[in-house]
Amino acid sequence: MSGEEFVPLSLTPLLIGTFAAIACALPGNFLVLRKQALIGDAISHVVLPGIVVAFLLTGAISTWPMMLGAAGAAVVAVVMIEAIRRLGQIEPGAAMGVVFTTMFAGGVLLLEQTDTSTVHLDVEHALYGNLESLIWLDAAGWSSLLDVQALAGLPPELPRIALTMVGVILFTWLFWRPLKISTFDEGFARTIGIRTGVLGMALVITAAIAAVAAFDAVGSIIVIAMFICPPAAARMMTNRLETQIVWSVLFATISAISGYVLAGYGPLWLGGADAVSAAGMIATISGLLLALTAVLGPCRTRSGAPSQV
Amino acid sequence: MLWDALTLQLGYNATLVAIGATLLGISAGVTGTFLFLRKRALVSDAISHATLPGVCLAFMALVAFGGDGRNLIGLLVGSAISAWVGLLCMNWLTRHTRLAEDAAIGAVLSVFFGFGVVLLTVIQTMGVGRQAGLEGFLLGSTAGMLWADALVIAIGGAATLLLVMIIRRPMTMVAFDPEYAAARGLPVHRIDLAMMGLVMAVTVVGLKIVGLILIVALLIIPPVTARFWTERSDRVVLLAGISGGLSGFLGAGISASAPNLPTGPIIVLVSFGSFALSLLFAPVRGVLAAVLRHLRFQRRVHIRQGLLALAQGQKIYEPLTIRLLRRAGIVRADGVATDEGKARAAKALRDEKRWEFVRADQAHEATAALYDGLRDIETVLTRDQIAEIDRRIGGPQEVMP
Repeated sequence: MSGEEFVPLSLTPLLIGTFAAIACALPGNFLVLRKQALIGDAISHVVLPGIVVAFLLTGAISTWPMMLGAAGAAVVAVVMIEAIRRLGQIEPGAAMGVVFTTMFAGGVLLLEQTDTSTVHLDVEHALYGNLESLIWLDAAGWSSLLDVQALAGLPPELPRIALTMVGVILFTWLFWRPLKISTFDEGFARTIGIRTGVLGMALVITAAIAAVAAFDAVGSIIVIAMFICPPAAARMMTNRLETQIVWSVLFATISAISGYVLAGYGPLWLGGADAVSAAGMIATISGLLLALTAVLGPCRTRSGAPSQV
Repeated sequence: MLWDALTLQLGYNATLVAIGATLLGISAGVTGTFLFLRKRALVSDAISHATLPGVCLAFMALVAFGGDGRNLIGLLVGSAISAWVGLLCMNWLTRHTRLAEDAAIGAVLSVFFGFGVVLLTVIQTMGVGRQAGLEGFLLGSTAGMLWADALVIAIGGAATLLLVMIIRRPMTMVAFDPEYAAARGLPVHRIDLAMMGLVMAVTVVGLKIVGLILIVALLIIPPVTARFWTERSDRVVLLAGISGGLSGFLGAGISASAPNLPTGPIIVLVSFGSFALSLLFAPVRGVLAAVLRHLRFQRRVHIRQGLLALAQGQKIYEPLTIRLLRRAGIVRADGVATDEGKARAAKALRDEKRWEFVRADQAHEATAALYDGLRDIETVLTRDQIAEIDRRIGGPQEVMP
């Protein structure tokens, strides 16, 4: 494939998909180890009402209010989950289930109640995202990467998700030791003076930011899949957290790239005419990677721990 | 209008939907209870998302064989098969790898759903043009519900309920104490699978009405609601069934009474309403009850401390204590103890002395463990014992003015 075709049509979706995958997989590592993996699932459900409310308030589809709305909804959800868990003494899983289903239902209801038929705002869009449509029309080939005028025409999602990824990497890098210690031994972390409650909250908020930014670009399926599948697969490969992070980034990148390519060109190879959903395909590939490592990974079994009944 | 809907006067379709939603609510509430008690509420999330590829594959198969792609039974069978596969994957991941249950749930949920979305786009490009019915499985669509559909839901719901009733005892035992159940020789693993299989059945049956994302709510919220009201598992099951059924009925009624009110979300929101009410107002576990309990406790502590201070002739500065003492008629407005107050203060100080004696005495060790600074000594010792203690302490002393 030539540069004239690749750069405008495939380069930006590939980069956006990869950045989103990495931004989600990094905090995912800690969430999986802390048994909070389903936070990503909950957040991606509650983003819907946030976006709808932002749309109702501003009356237009613009990015910043929507991202603020989504982030606000995520915070509301986290607070509600915590409140219900404490006030009602309910186990966290059930509290999460109560909150995110209710908020999602509220979002669907609001969406049906308002006249959004004139604008492109629907549940399917929120779920699947539109990775394929994030093309860079101003590009003419590889040379456009150095052309300032063409660079101005980049889809705005790309710098946004790149910025988010850098932020997530910075967070992980800056708080590496406290994060690592408090993930494995919270009691010890507290005795050496780490404020574990604040750190845990910061981790969840970082995850929420990554989820919202990725959601804006690629839809919620990738978000949930990337929070869990690459870290889980990486966990089967190694016992060291550093190595696990590297593996998870690698798996996230592989799923993003091969998922996009398979979705775009796989049907053509099979004789079909149209591409299939890239977001869905990326999630599927990450699942296949997880299945592969679950069967073959060197560290796949619980060592030493008694099997759970 | 709402009244018409609730008394089933709004026509054939609305009545069908109301009956179907009620039955679904009952069976989802009852089945979900065991999942909730087993602390696995979110398993239902994985199961429901895992139905999507099955629905799509069944649709494609039906179309390929020249049938109507929207045949409900065909789609339900397909969704049941793929949900079962998802369930087995999740179970295998938790049993044979180091992944914790939540990661397994999330992995199955996202991967199956992602694959389902891929299949959905394949169907869109197949050009059959009749996939509109499939999107309804995401969020539920009751508009075109047929008599046959309602029958499928009713029979499925009733069969699930019957099965739950048959294996409720082993399921309860496994939910509360899996190790004990295993020691009793129960096949814990298989009972877990059966429990989740029942949840899967409810999910599949409910796809048509509330859709695969919101069925999770019907499986989780009614049991959590019911848990507020009782400590007995059989009553939780019963109440969850009632709560689920009522939410289904009310939700279907409300959604039929006005346009643009989709059935699934309304049912979920009604259900959440009953949850919120229970959270606030349930008798023992509710927030209001807890607040009242706290206030009562605070009052007792303040009065007790106030009485001890009075008895020892100390000045009281705490405004709440002064207010409470005055309201109870123990002190006058100027802070001087009334006669009744003096008597109670003397008694309080004497009780404290008695407790001191009890706590110092090895023979009263068990009783001393009950001391919390508030308990009346008469509630833990017999009159003879108190008399014996009093004899050793000596007679009552005059309270200082």
